[in-house]
Amino acid sequence: MTENSQDARPLLEVRALTCERSERLLFRDLEFSLDSGQVLQVRGGNGSGKTTLMRIVCGLNDSFEGELYWRGETLGERWEAFHANLLYIGHRVAVNHVLTPLENLRWSCRLHDPADDAGIRAALAEMDLAGYEDSPCYSLSAGQQQRVSLARLSLSSAELWILDEPFTTLDVDGVALLENLVARHAREGGAVLITTHHKLVLPHLRTLTLGVAR
Amino acid sequence: MNRAGAGAAFRATLKRDLLISVKRRNDILNPFMFFVIVVSLFPIGISPESAMLRQIAAGVIWIAVLLASMLSMDSLYRSDYEDGSLEQLLLSSQPLYLLVFAKNIAHWLVSGLPVILVSPLLAYMLALPAEGYVTLVLSLLLGTPVVGMLGSIAVALTVGLGSRGLILAVITVPMSVPVLIFGTLAVQNSLAGGSPLGYLALLGAMLAAAVSLAPVATAAALRISLN
Repeated sequence: MTENSQDARPLLEVRALTCERSERLLFRDLEFSLDSGQVLQVRGGNGSGKTTLMRIVCGLNDSFEGELYWRGETLGERWEAFHANLLYIGHRVAVNHVLTPLENLRWSCRLHDPADDAGIRAALAEMDLAGYEDSPCYSLSAGQQQRVSLARLSLSSAELWILDEPFTTLDVDGVALLENLVARHAREGGAVLITTHHKLVLPHLRTLTLGVAR
Repeated sequence: MNRAGAGAAFRATLKRDLLISVKRRNDILNPFMFFVIVVSLFPIGISPESAMLRQIAAGVIWIAVLLASMLSMDSLYRSDYEDGSLEQLLLSSQPLYLLVFAKNIAHWLVSGLPVILVSPLLAYMLALPAEGYVTLVLSLLLGTPVVGMLGSIAVALTVGLGSRGLILAVITVPMSVPVLIFGTLAVQNSLAGGSPLGYLALLGAMLAAAVSLAPVATAAALRISLN
């Protein structure tokens, strides 16, 4: 994806984004852009609008003013191309409790990228979940469920990852695993938009702090 | 790009929802048991005489079916909303119409179909005359998916609310009344020796309209609820 000819335009561009929630201004005239190979960490205190920003960029929240561009064109025009290239992992991990990790991932992969069972097993093994593929998810810990969700990262071919607090329930090994995945994705030409309070150590890391424009 | 086809996503969603229902047996058992219990109370509460029962049989079965489907409705999008699967559904690159339709079909297969299958038995208990059976089952086959898909719109609209209580019924029941009317009229008509085809055709038209429009409305309602 690095040989892309439209290199002049950033992958994702946000211009003059303003969002009010319950009559409280979350951010005004927010501007940033994200290009291939970059990781943008969104920081800010609790309630500063990090999750809202993530949901706005995904297209889940439309109560905002401003413009979003995907490869130089407005998101409205490139809706399908954008969503085919987006992987979002939110607070809620989209793991059904009665299904096994394998069954959960079979479905979520079908919504985006097809993956065969061997691929899913390999991704789960990468997340240190080998042996848990066929246990129901209610028997897994919160951190393990988070890992099931994060296994989708290595199964996806999406260019843009949007990760909302992906480190919260992970243990030390899990944090290292995820940091490696993010670094690898950026090296391979992908882009990552991530919210976390965790101190990330990555090359090309940029940060955006919310909640200062009050 | 090797994107999964829309058909594959449709099948995967259908399969996933059926699998969840099979694993959480209550989804299948609750509406079914509710239906059987409500219908069996009528001969006890009103009169065990078949002359009386055969007059109300069609109406009783249709009302019990409506109530049973209302009961099953609540589980339709709730767990997906709570665990975040609904967000993934909305962000899929596949058409949301198809995915919602797949969920509706899966829901009907586990909550509607078992009730329809047992309805002739309960109709026998209510002394429904023999000429009414085929029409009853046909009217249920055409009518229950309509009720299910209308209910799906209401559930999608209210899925973000903390306590829904009766809102669901208040939205769904008025929309379902025409189905109830034509369903019972079809059975009454065939009991009176007439042809039920006109009413069945109306139910069929409603089903066609529901299949083409309701998933669109549900998809829009889900986007609003998750906003």
